[in-house]
Amino acid sequence: MFSDLISPAIVNLIVGSTLETLYMVAIAALIGTLAGLPLGIFLATSGKGELFEAVTVNRVLGLVVNATRSTPFIILVVAIIPFTRLVAGTSIGTTAAIVPLSIAAAPFIARIVEAAVREVDQGLVEASLAMGATPLQIVRKVLIPEALPGLVLGVTLSVVSLLSNSAMVGAVGGGGLGDLGIRYGYQRFMPEVMLIVVVVLIVLVQSVQSLGETLAKKVNRRLRRH
Amino acid sequence: MMLQNAAAPSFPPILFRDLAATAPMAAGEAFRAAGAPGKAPGNGQGRDGVAGGASIVLRNVSKTFPARGADAAVTALEDISLEIPRGEIYGVIGRSGAGKSTLIRTINGLERPTGGEVIVDGVVVNRLDDAALRAERRKIGMIFQHFNLLSSRSAFDNVALPLELSGLSRAAIRERVERLLDLVGLADKRDRYPVELSGGQKQRVGIARALATDPKVLLSDEATSALDPETTRSILALLARVNAELGVTIVLITHEMAVIKEICHRVGVIEAGRIIEEGPVAEVFAHPRTATARSFIGSLPGREIPAALAGRLRDDPAGATQSVLRLTLTGAAASQPLVTRLARELGIDIALLGGQIDSIGSLPFALLYVGVPTPAWASGAVGAALEAAGARTEVIGHVL
Repeated sequence: MFSDLISPAIVNLIVGSTLETLYMVAIAALIGTLAGLPLGIFLATSGKGELFEAVTVNRVLGLVVNATRSTPFIILVVAIIPFTRLVAGTSIGTTAAIVPLSIAAAPFIARIVEAAVREVDQGLVEASLAMGATPLQIVRKVLIPEALPGLVLGVTLSVVSLLSNSAMVGAVGGGGLGDLGIRYGYQRFMPEVMLIVVVVLIVLVQSVQSLGETLAKKVNRRLRRH
Repeated sequence: MMLQNAAAPSFPPILFRDLAATAPMAAGEAFRAAGAPGKAPGNGQGRDGVAGGASIVLRNVSKTFPARGADAAVTALEDISLEIPRGEIYGVIGRSGAGKSTLIRTINGLERPTGGEVIVDGVVVNRLDDAALRAERRKIGMIFQHFNLLSSRSAFDNVALPLELSGLSRAAIRERVERLLDLVGLADKRDRYPVELSGGQKQRVGIARALATDPKVLLSDEATSALDPETTRSILALLARVNAELGVTIVLITHEMAVIKEICHRVGVIEAGRIIEEGPVAEVFAHPRTATARSFIGSLPGREIPAALAGRLRDDPAGATQSVLRLTLTGAAASQPLVTRLARELGIDIALLGGQIDSIGSLPFALLYVGVPTPAWASGAVGAALEAAGARTEVIGHVL
């Protein structure tokens, strides 16, 4: 009955698109985190009177982050095509799509990391300073472990937002589930394909969210355990 | 010291008497270090001995926070000079905003004074560069009102943190941390996280952590202010024991006179960034010179004029039947049968209206509110007899 509605070719398309989406999102999340984590920590610790005081750099980075975040993703994708070509060798395709996805993810993650790190009790920083800790030791041994539950939830949030962004990279031949939905579900009038795309995306988002929440709970030592 | 350093490049083991039996190496090293040749003469209980305190000297220390936007500059400390000998428990008492927090934080360089010198064991702390200051801070432990424990670390790992920071080996860390948890009575809570500990237990972890690097000085920033009275007493007893057994110099700040009375040797009263009164605790208690000191002492239970009486007091003795006196007695004077003798010798009746009989350290101390017949007071006989008995007498008022 299912196969009456959906041909094996369509099933293959859906599986392939899902794998494309997972590939883009995973790599972009990795790169975004690798760039966003240090950026966010720096943003949270370089204000006036803070560990790595550098007020001007802080302000400039903050502006760059805001500028990136205020650019609509679809605009960002086409605006940075020359840069994408420089990095990926091509501006078209799934791999090329990872470049704008990462560039959009990094500042997003940076702001979330910044917020999580700022949540850490300033008294802990003071106590570590009183112990003779270096600023880097404080980041490694105090700020990151203490902010970890927030960091995990933040990365979860950005993976979800990456999944949503990845639907737009069809504009540059990025493929993926969103692209499939537009080309088959909308342009070829195949509502069943659209429905399946939406269901798969919902399942993906649900899974990422549950995984993130479970992980965040696991690393949160502020909760009482019985 | 040189020898010991060569043999053990890490921190010397903690040396406390009750554990000496279980740590023969530690005891042996202490003996060797104390008897080491070339030790500076007159070092007393110097760094080399079991009693490992450091002296602290503040010379004309000032701290001004610069103006910021619409806020004018704030002078937090003004020309403060203090000398705290090694092994002493020195208390600074003041109201919030008086500058006590800024004061204690200059000692480990968390706050850099804008003028003057802070000298810990001969080292001018406020002139050190960042690296030297970090090294110096490892010799100065600190505990906090809100404990400041890492919620992501167990009790064991919290105490281990300062040792990890200084690069001690895993095995050495384990040994030290276990002994420290033992010292503070938390050996059975080693794997508990802060959320699972009570306030008192958290502060014990804080104390163990502060002692981890074998500091010469322990700074206590309102360490008992978030604790109930009973827990406060047990934490103060632990601090007193740390002072007695390890010889660590303790500087504490508080707004509670009870804390000062319980464990401090000397006290400084701070107000508006200045030390306005200073001296041995018993002396300040017996003869407070400033209104602020008197009000702090007056805040102790039993120190206030009984409420029922306060409303009926008048300044004018005319027509009064009873005069209310506040008697302060210290030392031997506090232990003598003063009231009955006075009654017998002067042939008067004496009403006991309130007060407190206590000791500060080993010094007996009594503060009594008594009522005597106004004519006997007016004649001067009571005053003379009290003076002869060594009581400090103040007239509080008269009752009709």
